[in-house]
Amino acid sequence: GGRRARAAGGMVCYNFYVFNREGACLHYAEWERPKPVQDGAGTLEDDHKMMFGLTFSLKNFCTALDPTGSEKANLGAPIPIGTGCHFRSFKTNTYALNYLETPTGIKLILNTSKGTGSLQEAMWVIYRDIFCEFVVKNPLYTPGAPFESPQFTARLDQFVKSL
Amino acid sequence: MASKNARLGEYTFNKVDKVNAEIFVLTYGTIVAQMLEDFDDVNETNKQLDRMGYRIGVRLIDEFLARSGIGRCKDLKETADNIAKVAFKMFLGITARIENWSADEKEFSVILDENPLLDYVELPPSIRTSLWYDNVICGVIRGALEMVQLSVDVAYLKSPLRGDDFCEVRVTFKEYIADEVPVGED
Repeated sequence: GGRRARAAGGMVCYNFYVFNREGACLHYAEWERPKPVQDGAGTLEDDHKMMFGLTFSLKNFCTALDPTGSEKANLGAPIPIGTGCHFRSFKTNTYALNYLETPTGIKLILNTSKGTGSLQEAMWVIYRDIFCEFVVKNPLYTPGAPFESPQFTARLDQFVKSL
Repeated sequence: MASKNARLGEYTFNKVDKVNAEIFVLTYGTIVAQMLEDFDDVNETNKQLDRMGYRIGVRLIDEFLARSGIGRCKDLKETADNIAKVAFKMFLGITARIENWSADEKEFSVILDENPLLDYVELPPSIRTSLWYDNVICGVIRGALEMVQLSVDVAYLKSPLRGDDFCEVRVTFKEYIADEVPVGED
């Protein structure tokens, strides 16, 4: 298909989510999803909810269990955006999930194949050069609202293929 | 920390795209003139400029965070410093100062010794003391800080267009906008 994102280096990008601070999914892009949603979360909506819940809870747990003491939080209390630990990624035996949360509460999630190194740089590029450029600066975009933007989609496709 | 922010401001200023200053200043001037004509009321124009700034600010914050890489500020002082040394430098090419902290450290003034928006501008006597020409700046600060959960009041106090030596914008911290736990997560 035209939207497959297999880079020369063999890395595969599966899908990509953007959430706002309330958990609404602002954008979802999918390049490959060998396992259909029905076999996983059920519906795409449930998939989004679970993905947000996962990253939200992970961040809370990470912060509460942080042994270094530089970030303070009680389990169960909401963590102000920007504080708390920032987990960056996790790897399973089948895929890697890469995560970036901005101080404005925007969460970017990119699922890739697991053979990659750290993709934090790439996540920042997506935020700075693709999201900010083509979404935030679009006067028709309401901050915090779902968006569809052909320019954003095209640039994102181009970028993930280059990884 | 003060000079680190100054360096960051300089660095990001060098990296962002630039626009011709005259086009920018003239365009802004046209907007203000048009608003005065459309609303025919100086107070309304001030309000609209602030609202315009607010809409800019809620978007500008993401651009600012993305380009500068700054994370969450620990306290209001750090926020103020970032606004003056990094944000103003990055977007307007000027370095502002922070002064006049209130006793409870919840209010401060942003002082602009030079302001490119005011170049070539002279106001007619009828509106000189009532129009805040670049009130858009107040809205930008207010909108940007709201997106990082700081609720503030921002207002102009002094302007060279009124005969003062510099621009002074007063920022008053009201409250942290509480984070609600997203539905279904508690």
